[in-house]
Amino acid sequence: MTSSSFALPARAPSLIQRAIVERYVPVGTMVLALIAIWYVAAVAMNWSLVKDAFEREETPYTVSDVLAGTMNAERPLLPAPHQVVNAFVDGVFGYPPMAPRSLIYHSLVTLWATALGFALGALFGIALALLIVHSRVLERSLLPWIICSQMVPIVALAPIFIVVLGAIGLHGLLPKSIISAYLCFFPIAIGMVKGFTSPDPLQIELMRTWSATPRQVLWKLRWPASVPYLFASLKVAITISLIGAIVAELPTGAEAGIGARLLAGSYYGQTVQIWAALVAAALLASGLIGLVGLVERGVNSRMGAH
Amino acid sequence: MDAGLEIQQKPAAADRPLAVDVRDVSLTFETSDGQVNALSGVNLQIAEGEFVSFIGPSGCGKTTMLRVIADLQQPTSGTLLVNGMTAENARLARSYGYVFQAPALFPWRTIEKNLKLPLEIMGFSESEQRIRAERYLAMVNLKGFERKFPWQLSGGMQQRVSIARALSFDPAMLLMDEPFGALDEIVRDHLNEQLLQLWKSTEKTVLFVTHSIPEAVFLSTKIVVMSPRPGRIIDIIDCDFPADRSLEIRETPEFLKIAQRVRNGLRAGHSYDE
Repeated sequence: MTSSSFALPARAPSLIQRAIVERYVPVGTMVLALIAIWYVAAVAMNWSLVKDAFEREETPYTVSDVLAGTMNAERPLLPAPHQVVNAFVDGVFGYPPMAPRSLIYHSLVTLWATALGFALGALFGIALALLIVHSRVLERSLLPWIICSQMVPIVALAPIFIVVLGAIGLHGLLPKSIISAYLCFFPIAIGMVKGFTSPDPLQIELMRTWSATPRQVLWKLRWPASVPYLFASLKVAITISLIGAIVAELPTGAEAGIGARLLAGSYYGQTVQIWAALVAAALLASGLIGLVGLVERGVNSRMGAH
Repeated sequence: MDAGLEIQQKPAAADRPLAVDVRDVSLTFETSDGQVNALSGVNLQIAEGEFVSFIGPSGCGKTTMLRVIADLQQPTSGTLLVNGMTAENARLARSYGYVFQAPALFPWRTIEKNLKLPLEIMGFSESEQRIRAERYLAMVNLKGFERKFPWQLSGGMQQRVSIARALSFDPAMLLMDEPFGALDEIVRDHLNEQLLQLWKSTEKTVLFVTHSIPEAVFLSTKIVVMSPRPGRIIDIIDCDFPADRSLEIRETPEFLKIAQRVRNGLRAGHSYDE
């Protein structure tokens, strides 16, 4: 560096270029490597499937025929990336948005359940955290139950929820949202207990010297102090509530939603369809996290974060 | 600022009503290694408008004394009147503003909104809040920093905001617990002079905990020397330098004489243990 430093201005990339390189090159390399591995795996996993098909039909085949077959099998064990992309693009753009085969339609159905479940879960989680912070008795009596609630696998609980809620006349969106809320309230409750107790003892004592009411201490100190914890737990919770909504669609035999697409795909061995639905779920999750992150940035800048 | 124009002749301290009346107050903690006597049989009378410094080694109970007066801790025995009320009623009546060693500003509020916080809590009107925020920021020379956030200010500036915040609701007393302890010597000198100005213009009773002998002697009308194990008062020294004193008086023989007496008191308190 030092010996050729006079040549640097001409040769060195600008700071912005370097930032782009630093940011995207590692991610891009990783993605390319994964796609390469995926293709190799697709060939390996689908090989005998395609070969058997040729032999069953007693048509002569070459290695390259089999190779081509592994890339375009109708019901492959592992679809090749381009098949998934094609199916996804077809699902999104190939039909009118509200058609039963459109991925947009199914995503929207799941999105509504996720949004409602997330809202319910967030409210419930924050309310629980408030109760726990304000009463040591409640902390001791509630916390073990809250932790227990997360130890039972949701796939086991979801059918029970659906049946019980169905018996009292709740169908469709609401039971799905309740299962989604059941999963996502947990990180919010735990995060907000931490957040509500995060103020500096000096700040609490200051409030006391001003004879602030408990409500004022909550709104002017505990609540704003807990905002960083709130967003950290909301980001975890929103993906969990999406998972909750999808899992809730499995046992209901739901006609619509990403979960319904996954289920239908596995009934009929439509692996490509399953993978396309998974891609839709992944994109939905990243979009939701991005949305929470966006709100967080807006709130942070209003709260003077640096 | 404008209060400075209406300064009247102060009556002698003895004739003024008591701001703080502490009689035989003790406070003991139970800890894992037995009882700690944070305060033991403390008697102290402070008249309105005095500037009283509490000085002593760590563990002598000077901070506990301030916290008991502020009703942040309760004494085990003895009686305590603040502005003629119990400490709790005095706190509920918002008789004092408290300044801690750390500024304890709320990082998500601008400087102006930090200053308005006690006013919001106490239900001052919007317009009154604005007027007071402006007045008290000017008083601590922080005009123009209204929209800044605390992290954009230096430690000394943040501490000035916390002093302005303590004054904003115009309490009768200012309780200060080593407010300049974390600041460097030059900033500290500067703030001492500003605090003296502030005390002269507002005529508030100030109770001031410090480790520094020159700071105590320079600022106070009365110095309370305390000693640890058990926390108690071992000397009360009156100090009457002219109101318009400057930092230069720290070189005068009168100043050094009082400083010497404070130092002797502190030393006596130490040797008691050994």
